[in-house]
Amino acid sequence: MTTDLQTQPPPGNRLRAHDLKLQYGERVVAENLSIDIPDHSLTMIVGPNACGKSTLLRSLARLLAPNHGSVVLDGQDISRYPSKEVARRLGLLPQTSIAPDGITVADLVARGRFPHQKFLRQWSTDDDVAVTAALERTNTADLASRFVDELSGGQRQRVWLAMALAQETPLLLLDEPTTYLDIAHQVEVLDLCAELQESGERTVVVVLHELNLAARYATHLIAMRAGQVVAQGAPKEIVTPELIESVYHLRCSIIDDPETGTPLVVPAARRSAPRVRES
Amino acid sequence: MSTAVLSPPTTVNSVRRRLVLGLAVAAAILVVLMAASLALGAEHVPFGQVWRALTVGGTDADVIVRDVRLPRTLLGVLVGSALAVAGALMQALSRNPLAEPGLLGVNAGASLGVVIAMAYFGIGALSGYIWFALIGASIATVAVYALGSAGAAGASPARLALAGAAITAALTGAISAIVLLSSTVFNGFRAWSVGTLSGRTAPVVIQVAPFIVIGVVLGLFLVSSLNALALGEDAAKGLGANVARTRLLGVVATTLLCGAATAAAGPISFVGLVVPHMVRTFTGPDHRWLLPYCLLAGPILMVAADLAGRLIARPGELPTALVTAVVGAPVFVYLIRRRRMAGL
Repeated sequence: MTTDLQTQPPPGNRLRAHDLKLQYGERVVAENLSIDIPDHSLTMIVGPNACGKSTLLRSLARLLAPNHGSVVLDGQDISRYPSKEVARRLGLLPQTSIAPDGITVADLVARGRFPHQKFLRQWSTDDDVAVTAALERTNTADLASRFVDELSGGQRQRVWLAMALAQETPLLLLDEPTTYLDIAHQVEVLDLCAELQESGERTVVVVLHELNLAARYATHLIAMRAGQVVAQGAPKEIVTPELIESVYHLRCSIIDDPETGTPLVVPAARRSAPRVRES
Repeated sequence: MSTAVLSPPTTVNSVRRRLVLGLAVAAAILVVLMAASLALGAEHVPFGQVWRALTVGGTDADVIVRDVRLPRTLLGVLVGSALAVAGALMQALSRNPLAEPGLLGVNAGASLGVVIAMAYFGIGALSGYIWFALIGASIATVAVYALGSAGAAGASPARLALAGAAITAALTGAISAIVLLSSTVFNGFRAWSVGTLSGRTAPVVIQVAPFIVIGVVLGLFLVSSLNALALGEDAAKGLGANVARTRLLGVVATTLLCGAATAAAGPISFVGLVVPHMVRTFTGPDHRWLLPYCLLAGPILMVAADLAGRLIARPGELPTALVTAVVGAPVFVYLIRRRRMAGL
């Protein structure tokens, strides 16, 4: 079955969601939601808190089964694949991951090889190659023998990314990978995402809070509000004051990012300039 | 722990070599302890005579070595490995460093089974308990699992632990009620519940061995999935691990292991809790090493504790569970103080 799936040319994009209804218990998060993740894109999903962007990502990674509709991976409903087969095609870096106490960086990254391993062949040279490559790619090779719990937040996030890279999947989903990082480390993580996409190896999907960084890095931007896609496309084409107003209820002006020419959202000020009260 | 200072290219191989060597050393220690356990006790038997008693027979020590100390030693190995492996599995499944075979109500269920066997079926022989203990352990586990996963949120480590505590409290109450109604049952239960290998004969060993072997094999089969699960449920699913199946098989394995061990030796504390922690300081958190080490370290602690119990109070003896608790508690306190243990 596996080989059959791999030889068959996938119709359209590799990862699509069709007419999803997503809910946690009784609470409906999204309904009639359809999206396409363009192959080889760096797709970023933005929207206000609780708009359903992380929920959508969870369903794309088959962590949450839709109550209606389907997520289609390579032309077939994702729920019909064996779970390890999905994990060889689609990697996920969830928001909440736990590093076991006393685990080294190399060991944590090596756990990304799980879907490639069999019970009787726990480790292979392929695994060694993938782990080394992932460590080098994320600049964490020199941390390999350190304990994960003694790393800084930025280093730790790069190590988790390395684990996801070691999984060697053509599709990579990241759920808010820059949370808790300072601006320099946010840029570092997103630069890495851009490199991965530009090298043509991977399609990367990122849920991101930082609208301006999303507009800078995304090749494909999806703006969501209340479980619905409000706009999608190249940031330059879709990011307008009207869109931001309708998605975030925020008045703003849009200027060109002086570095990249991408849209930069400048929130409207309460008054023209801050005043210092003189006594 | 020296891994932190080694340079990357050499680490993987040298760590692996150290871990293989450690397993060999542990196996050697266990063999020596087993030999000592056959030879030493109220009456010391020279090793040469032990060997002859085991191989050809016809010595004065035949009865002591073959019928008394051999079953006892083998049961120590079985119970020790069962409790240590069960403890490691439960700590991984519940992601709770304090998890041990008592946590999910398994021991309380087994105890209630034994009490019911004594009180209502008039069974006084050890070999009659096993089925009752296993049934009791299974019912308690199913109840804990059902209670812990009821509702929309589904099973989570915290909910399972809470359900385990609640079921344990209820079962303990039931045990007290039954035991207090009859002095015969009270005496029988008291003798069983101290937790000891003393007086266990070959039929008991033969009876519990299959359950423990199946439980251990099942546990070893789960090691990679446990490694994935240790990263959190979402990450485990992202890696393609079957979380629900891993939890279910893990619970089946711990029920078999704890039910069988508890039926045979009574409740033995601290082995399931302390051994995985001791082992982890040497192997790190990789279950592919942790479980094999537990498989050897559990019996080492159990056989050593039983032997110490026999030697300290010669010609009488201390119950094994008393020795494991006396040895286990300080070791555990030391481990907590030495390592930064998350969640403690």
